[in-house]
Amino acid sequence: MALLQIAEPGMSTAPHQHRLAVGIDLGTTNSLVATVRSGMSVVLHDENGRGLLPSVVRYHEDGSTDVGYSAQAMQSRDPHNTIVSVKRFMGRGLRDLPDAGSMPYQFVDAPGMVQLKTVAGVKSPVEVSADILKVLRDRAEKALGGDLVGAVITVPAYFDDAQRQATKDAARLAGLNVLRLLNEPTAAAVAYGLDNAAEGVYAVYDLGGGTFDISILRLSKGVFEVLATNGDSALGGDDFDHRIYCWILEQAKLSGVKPQDTRLLLTRAREAKEDLTFRPEVRITAVLGAGEMVDLTLTSETFTDITSSLVNKTLAPTRKALRDAGLEPEDVKGVVMVGGATRMPQIQHAVGQFFRQEPLNNLDPDKVVALGAAIQANVLAGNRSDDDWLLLDVIPLSLGLETMGGLVEKVIPRNSTIPVARAQEFTTYKDGQTAMSIHVVQGERELVSDCRSLAKFELRGIPPMVAGGARIRVTFQVDADGLLSVSAREKSSGVEASIVVKPSYGLSDDEITRMLLTSQENAKADMAARALREQQVEAGRLIEAIEAALNENGDSLLSATERAEIDEGMAVLRRTLEGANHQLIKDQIEKLNHISEMFAGRRMDQSVQKALTGHKLEELEI
Amino acid sequence: MNFDFSRNHFELFGIPPLYQIDTIQLEQAYRDIQSQIHPDKFAHLSDAERRLSMQWSTQANEAYQTLKQPLGRACYLLHLNGVDIHEETNTVMSPAFLMQQMEWREAIGEARAAKDTSELEHLTGQLRTEIQAQQHQLADLLDKEKNYPKAAEIVRELKFMEKLREEINYALEALDA
Repeated sequence: MALLQIAEPGMSTAPHQHRLAVGIDLGTTNSLVATVRSGMSVVLHDENGRGLLPSVVRYHEDGSTDVGYSAQAMQSRDPHNTIVSVKRFMGRGLRDLPDAGSMPYQFVDAPGMVQLKTVAGVKSPVEVSADILKVLRDRAEKALGGDLVGAVITVPAYFDDAQRQATKDAARLAGLNVLRLLNEPTAAAVAYGLDNAAEGVYAVYDLGGGTFDISILRLSKGVFEVLATNGDSALGGDDFDHRIYCWILEQAKLSGVKPQDTRLLLTRAREAKEDLTFRPEVRITAVLGAGEMVDLTLTSETFTDITSSLVNKTLAPTRKALRDAGLEPEDVKGVVMVGGATRMPQIQHAVGQFFRQEPLNNLDPDKVVALGAAIQANVLAGNRSDDDWLLLDVIPLSLGLETMGGLVEKVIPRNSTIPVARAQEFTTYKDGQTAMSIHVVQGERELVSDCRSLAKFELRGIPPMVAGGARIRVTFQVDADGLLSVSAREKSSGVEASIVVKPSYGLSDDEITRMLLTSQENAKADMAARALREQQVEAGRLIEAIEAALNENGDSLLSATERAEIDEGMAVLRRTLEGANHQLIKDQIEKLNHISEMFAGRRMDQSVQKALTGHKLEELEI
Repeated sequence: MNFDFSRNHFELFGIPPLYQIDTIQLEQAYRDIQSQIHPDKFAHLSDAERRLSMQWSTQANEAYQTLKQPLGRACYLLHLNGVDIHEETNTVMSPAFLMQQMEWREAIGEARAAKDTSELEHLTGQLRTEIQAQQHQLADLLDKEKNYPKAAEIVRELKFMEKLREEINYALEALDA
C-alpha cells in the first residue's frame, strides 16, 4: 500500500485551497495593495485603516527606513534622505531627468540608472521601490495570514523595457513572486469592465502622479483587447505641482530657494492643486527658512492658464492612440478616468471636449488600478474565477535594431499584441567579417540616437565569407510582461548568441544578490533560508501543477512508460525536498520540467483542438 | 519542440484559405484559441507549460496578424500557392504606376511642408479609396481566377501604397509633436 503523503505546514498542495495573491499599484505618489476576498476585490488597509501608502521612503543613518505617511511628514525637514516620486527615476539615467536640478536630491550618475545619495548610503531607485513593496507585502501577509503565492505589479502602459525590468527587479528584491507586470490602464479597464459588464470600445485616460497613459480597448464577450496605447512616462500630477511652485517663486520674487523650502513650497503647491478641485480660488501661505513670508491667492483660472500646455501634452498621445487604433473620437463609447490627477477640473473639461462626452468617474481613480490588478492576480494564481475572461495587451513602443549609418530598423512595431516574436535577417558588410555587434533599441524615431538603447551584444565566430554572404537571423521575443529577449544566429554555421535584454540599464543577478546581502534584514543565514524556501515553494508549485495535469488527462495523453518517467521525476523531487539543499532541489525542478515538457506540449495541442472543435460546432448550429 | 508548426494559419483558425474571409469568424476563432493557450492561463503552472504557452500564443498572434490584414493575407495565400512576390529583386513596376507614386509623394511632401493637417487627412481618404479598389481586384484574382502572378503584381503595388500611408501617418505625427 502506498504511503499517505502529508504536506509540510504552509505548503499544502490541496487543489481547492485559495492561493493568496495580490495586486499592487506601485504609484508615483501613492501605492496600494489589493486582493480578492470572497469574490470581491478589496484594498488592504494598514493598522490605522488607511488604504493608500504614500510612495515616500526616508532613510536613517542606522540603515532603518520609514515608509509612507511617517516619511511623508518629514519630507520638508529631511529632503535629501526622504525620497518621493522614485518611480520617475526607474530605469532612467541622469540625462533623462531634465528637472533634476530643481529636485532636493544628491544624484549619483551611474551607468544605466541614476542613484541617490542618502545617509544610509547610495540607493538605487530599484532599492527604494523595493522598500515600498516590502511594506505592502508585509501588510498583505498580515491581513491574509500567510505567504503570498505571487503578485501582479502594475506599470504605466507607456513604460519602456528598462522601466519594466527595473520594476520587476524591485519586486524580486522585495521577495515577491511576480505573476505578471500589468499595464495600469488595462488593470483599470478590467475593474471597470467587469463591474459594469461593459461592451464596445473604451478609452482609459490615466493621469497619475508622474506618468500619463492613454489606452484604447475593445471589450467584447469577456475579452479585453488593447487596440492601441500611447502616453508620456514623464508627465503627471507632479508637473502641475511644479507649475504652481514656479508660479509662487515668480509671484513672491523668490530665488536661490533651499532644498527644505523647495519641498515645503512643493507641498503647498500640491495642496493648492487639490483644493482647486472644489474651490474657485485658494490662498497659499508659507514661512520659509530665512523668515520670508509667502502669502498668495491662486485662482482656478490662473491655474488652468499656467497648466494648459500640460493638458495639451496629454491630448497629442490621445490622438496618436486613436489613429493607431484606426478610430475617431466618436467611436469611443466611454472614457474611463484613472489616477488622482484626473480630478482636476481642467482635465475633465479637456477630455470631455476631445471625446465629445462626459468622462466616466464612477470608480475611485486612486484605487481602480490596484483593484483590477488584484482580480488579475487571483486568476493568474490559479484560483477559479466565476467569469472566464482574457486580456490581450500590446507593447507601447517599437523595438528595433541599429543598422548602418545609425539608422533604426524596426523589428516589432508598437501596439503589437503580446506575446510576440519577430525575426529579421541581416548580413555582413565586409569581406571576412567574423563578428557582428547587435544593438537593440526602443522608440519610434528613425535615428538610433533618438531612441532608447536597450542592449548591445556581439555575435562572434561567424565563418569568414564575402560581404553579404552570411545570413544572420535576429529574433526578438516579447513575453506577456512586455519584456524583451533577443537571440541571434548565423544560419549556415549555426553560431548562436542570445540575451535577456537588461545589462545596459538593469541590474544583473549578481547585483540583486549583492543588494539582498547588504540589505539589513537579510543577513547571510536568512539568505540561505530564503533560497531554500523559494525552491521549496517552486517545487511544490510544480508538483501540484503536474498532478493536476495528470489527473485531467494523464491517462489519455501519455503511454505507460512516459507516465512512469514523470512519476519517477516527481518522486525524486519529493525526496530532494526532504533535504535542505536548495541547489539540489533547483536541479531536480529543472529535470522534472524537462521530462514533463512533451506532456505539456500535448496538453496545449489538445486545448487548441478543443477550441477549434467548439468553434466548428457553433458554426453547424447556425 | 512538440508544437505543430505544420498547420497553416488558415487551418489553425479553421477557416477556408481564401482572400475574402469572414473576419468575424476569424476574430472569434482567434479569441477562442487565445482563451485556451494565453500565458495568463498558465501563470500558475510549470515552467514547461508556461514556456510552451508563450510560444503557442505568440504563434497565434502572428497567424492572426497575418490573416487580419488584407495585404498580409494576400501575401500568405501567394506563399501557400508557391508564388514568391520577390519584393527585393522584382522592382519592375509599370511606368504609369511609378508616375502616380511620384505624384503622391509630391502631394504628401507639399502638405507636410505647409503643415496642412486637413490636406494630409484628405490624402489619407483618397489613398484609402484607391487601396480598396485594388483590393477588389485582388479578391477576384486570388479567389476566382486563381491568377497568382497577376495577383503578386497587385500585391507589390499595394505594398507601395501602404508605404505612402505610413508616410502620411508619420507626417501627421510629426505635426502633432
